[in-house]
This record gives sequence, structure tokens and C-alpha cells, in this order.
Amino acid sequence: MAELTEIRWHGRGGQGTVTAAKVLADACLSGGRHVQAFPEYGPERAGAPLRAYNRISAKELRMHCPVLTPDVVSVVDATLLDSINIAEGSKEDTVFVINTTKDPKEVREKLGAGPKQKVYTVDATKIAIDCFGRAMPNSPMLGALCKVTGLISLEHLLEDVRKSFGKKFAQKVIDGNLEATRRGYEEVKEG
Amino acid sequence: MSKVVAVTGNEAVANALRQVNPDVCGIYPITPQTDMMQRYASFISDGKVDTEAVLVESEHSSMSACIGASAAGGRVVTATSSQGLALMWEMLHIASGDRLPIIMPVVNRALSAPLNIHGDHSDAMGARDTGWIQIWSENGQEAYDNTIQAFRIGEHMDIRLPVMVCMDGFIISHSIERLEYLEDAEVKNFVGEFKNLYPLLDLDKPKSYGPLILADLYHEYKRAQHEVMLKVKDIVLEVAKDFEKMSGRKYGLFESYMLDDADIALVILNSAAGTSKDVIDDFRARGIKAGLLKPRLFRPFPYEEVADALRNTKAVCVMDRADSFGGYGPLFMEISSALYQLQKRPALINKIYGLGGRDYLPSHAELVLNELNEIARGGNVGLVKEYIAVKE
Repeated sequence: MAELTEIRWHGRGGQGTVTAAKVLADACLSGGRHVQAFPEYGPERAGAPLRAYNRISAKELRMHCPVLTPDVVSVVDATLLDSINIAEGSKEDTVFVINTTKDPKEVREKLGAGPKQKVYTVDATKIAIDCFGRAMPNSPMLGALCKVTGLISLEHLLEDVRKSFGKKFAQKVIDGNLEATRRGYEEVKEG
Repeated sequence: MSKVVAVTGNEAVANALRQVNPDVCGIYPITPQTDMMQRYASFISDGKVDTEAVLVESEHSSMSACIGASAAGGRVVTATSSQGLALMWEMLHIASGDRLPIIMPVVNRALSAPLNIHGDHSDAMGARDTGWIQIWSENGQEAYDNTIQAFRIGEHMDIRLPVMVCMDGFIISHSIERLEYLEDAEVKNFVGEFKNLYPLLDLDKPKSYGPLILADLYHEYKRAQHEVMLKVKDIVLEVAKDFEKMSGRKYGLFESYMLDDADIALVILNSAAGTSKDVIDDFRARGIKAGLLKPRLFRPFPYEEVADALRNTKAVCVMDRADSFGGYGPLFMEISSALYQLQKRPALINKIYGLGGRDYLPSHAELVLNELNEIARGGNVGLVKEYIAVKE
């Protein structure tokens, strides 16, 4: 793993994007790593575009500003592809993980991704509806991100999802989210 | 044995307060502090602490309740931000004038108008002259550690003064970072039992707080406040030494980063210091001797020590996340006063950055360090005070 991984999340208010960034940070604590998770705070409105960030590093994290040149861009809502520039500040080898029903090749073309940039897609909203009956795509996105980045093992991530969701939700919702995380991991496709 | 966690700054400080388990807590919400006191209120209702919560109708009342509880003889805390701190203003003077060791985390936020909820230092800088000790924190770990140390400093029998522990709103209060918690027993043992000094509830020995003192002795009373402030530095260092023994984490009056042989230096508070350190590493890698000084104890201000640390630099920029409109930035005024006493001193400039939560980016630090480098190599100082990262 690289010494420092910087992740930018794009979602809409109410999709659990900030929670996803938090769970990822917690899961990445293992092995003595340093982590950050923070949203960009504006007026909190359901449906409004929002960003959240992660930094995961072997060294102490001192930088306290938004991620400007992400290694990974995670798009929790595909409609954002048409309204904002999700590739802003991307590097020549930035990895994109996008929640969409579309084929990864089609999305790759739409983004105009460079030869070294990787584009992955996963139908996280459908997985979420299948697994726990709500269009809350954060847990399958976490599973997909886990597979694509290799930052943590799936078992480890599942354990953390169990821990984080366990504080707030009923067993049925937790089980659904665990299944959704696993399916996100398994169903993410490269374009 | 410490425990590694990924938590927000607010969560970390709430946990520090839980570990101390004070007698009384004044609670009134204000963004971005709300989440800290909300967590503390949960500790109270879950029976994790036996603190008495005083739910009030304003911050003015919160500080008033804290003053009463502290004078009565309790260990007392509250927390606030921005307008809340501003509304407390007259009571802040009473807490310090009555020598009440109230501990108050301040989650730094901009002041209205215009309304803004984001991080800047205008609130705490406005409370500079209230007679409170002020300790500033770069990140969640420092906010947690400083909160624990604040009890030992404020409650020290030679000091007995209220303490503000400052951290950046949202940037730290709402960001999750890795940090290390101490064991509950370690913290309890470190802060020790609260010791009373002239408690009002000692009915056998009645006493008065805040009586009328006119021109006969008011002047002497205020000199006593000045003199006790002079003792604070030593206590801060003594407490830091004990804290290091327990935690392994070292604290001083300020942090010097790459400063020993530095030609150019930034002086900068709180979270932006972290971002600046990464940029300073880049400048060092290019052979430019850059360094940084991050004040920790802002009141009382360690003038001699700061002057000594900056003595051999050629050019220094003081970065302020607050402004004294029509004057220089508040931190600049301190550094300027500190350096004036030196025979030979560096060129000094002042940049105002990050007001109302405007991001402080590595490129901003680069810009300033490049300007300092020019000045250090014989260039002229242009504008002494300037706003950076301004949209024109």
C-alpha cells in the first residue's frame, strides 16, 4: 500500500456518505495507521451534493484541509456525474468507484478517464434495496472501495460495519448492511 | 495503557471531561460545540459520571451558573463557541477576578455579522483580556491532552484561575482522527481530587466573593491578577512534564518545528500549523531553512521564550485567523511585542487567513514562505499586514 491514500467521496445528503467515510477511517486504524475522516460542512439538506474525505497514512497526518488531489474518488450518486466535476484535481492514476447501473466502459468514456486511471462501477443502490429495502448505497460502496483499494480485508471491514451499525440499528438492518457490503465487494466491476 | 481510537475533536474532549468527572457542568448548545456537550449530557444521563448538569437559557447564564458552582466549592466545566463566548464576556471577567478555576473548552468559530458557523479565532481572541488562561490545540489529540492538563493548571493552589482550551471549529471538532485515550484511572489519578479554596458552602467560615472595592484597593487587586499570571508558565511546564511521564507526549509553552537553524519562520496557531509543517518539510527538502512556531499558551503569553526561539531567524510571518480591524492581527501584536525587546530582530509580516472557515491550503503556506525567503535574501517588506487567499 502507498504511504498515503487520499479519498474524496461525492454523495447527496441522506445517502450515508459521511457515515461511510467514518466507518472506513475506523476500519483502517488497524496496523498502527493514521486516519482522518471529515465532511465538507455546509447547510445540511437531504439531496444536496456533499463531499467527504479520508486520509489513511503510515505516518502522522498533520494536513488539515480538504483532499485536493485524490488517489480515489468514490461517487455515491451517479446523477452527480452530470452536475459537478467529480474528476477535479485527479491524478494520472486516480481510481474512480461509481455507483451506477451503467457499464464501467460507458462511464469510463463519459469521464474521459486517462490510460492509467481506473474506473470501477457497482450498482450499489440496487444492492442496498435488495439487501435491506432502502436506497442507502453507503455500505455496498464501502465494500466496493475495500475491494478496489485493498486498504483492509473484507472480514475486517465487515467487523467494523457490524460495530458501527450495531450502535444504532436493529439486527435485521445490520445483517442487511453486512450482506450489502459483501455484495458491493463482490459485484464491483472494472471498465 | 492507552487506547487507540478514531474520533472527532468534540468526542475526544467530551471523553476527557468524562474521565475527569467534574461536579457541575453548565450546558448550552452552540455550533460547533453542541455535539461535545450533547455527548457529555449522554454521559450524565447514562450514569457514566455524577456531574450535575445545569441546563440554562443562555451562555451568559451558563457562565453565571458555573461561577456560582465554582465559588460554592465544586469542580466546574462548561464549553462554548463564537457568539456564546461573546455573550459570556462580562461573566468571564468575574470568573477570573474571583479566581475560580472553571475549565472551558472553546471550539473556535467566527463571529457575526455576517452569520458564519465555521472555524476562526475571533471568538477566543476577543476574550484575550478577560483574565483567563488560554491554551490552544492543533488537533484532537492536543485538545484532549490539553483539557486534562487544564484542570491541573487552573486548580493549582498557586494559580486558581479559569482556563479556556481552544480548538478549531469543524476542522478539528467535527473531523475524525486517530488519537490515543488514556485510561480512566490514569486521568483520575493525574488530575487528583478537587481541592477547595474558600468555598462559599463552608458555612462555619462565611466569606464574600466579588465585593465592592473602589480606588483604595482595586489597583492592587488587579496587580495580584497580573502577578499570578506570571506564575502560570512554570506550572504549565511542570504539569506538562508529569503529563509526558504518563502519556509519552511532550508539551511546552509553544511548539518549535525545525526552528533551531531556520532563516524563515511561520508563527501560526491550531490546525493550520499542521498543514504548514508538511509544507515546511517540502521547503527543507529543497534546501530552504524554514521553520514554524506554534503557540500553545497564549495567555499568559511567553514573550521572552518566544523571542528567544525566533532570535536567529531573518524573516518571520505571523499568521492570524482573526483580525483586529484597523490594527494588526492579534497574534502579530504579541510576536511584534516579543521581538521588540531584542537588539537584532527578524523582519516581520502579518497575514490574515482562513476567516469564517476559508480553507487554509498548502499553496497558501508556500506563497507566504516564498515571500519570506525573498525578504530573508535582502528583499524589502511590502505590506506589513495583508489578507491572503482573497477572492477578488
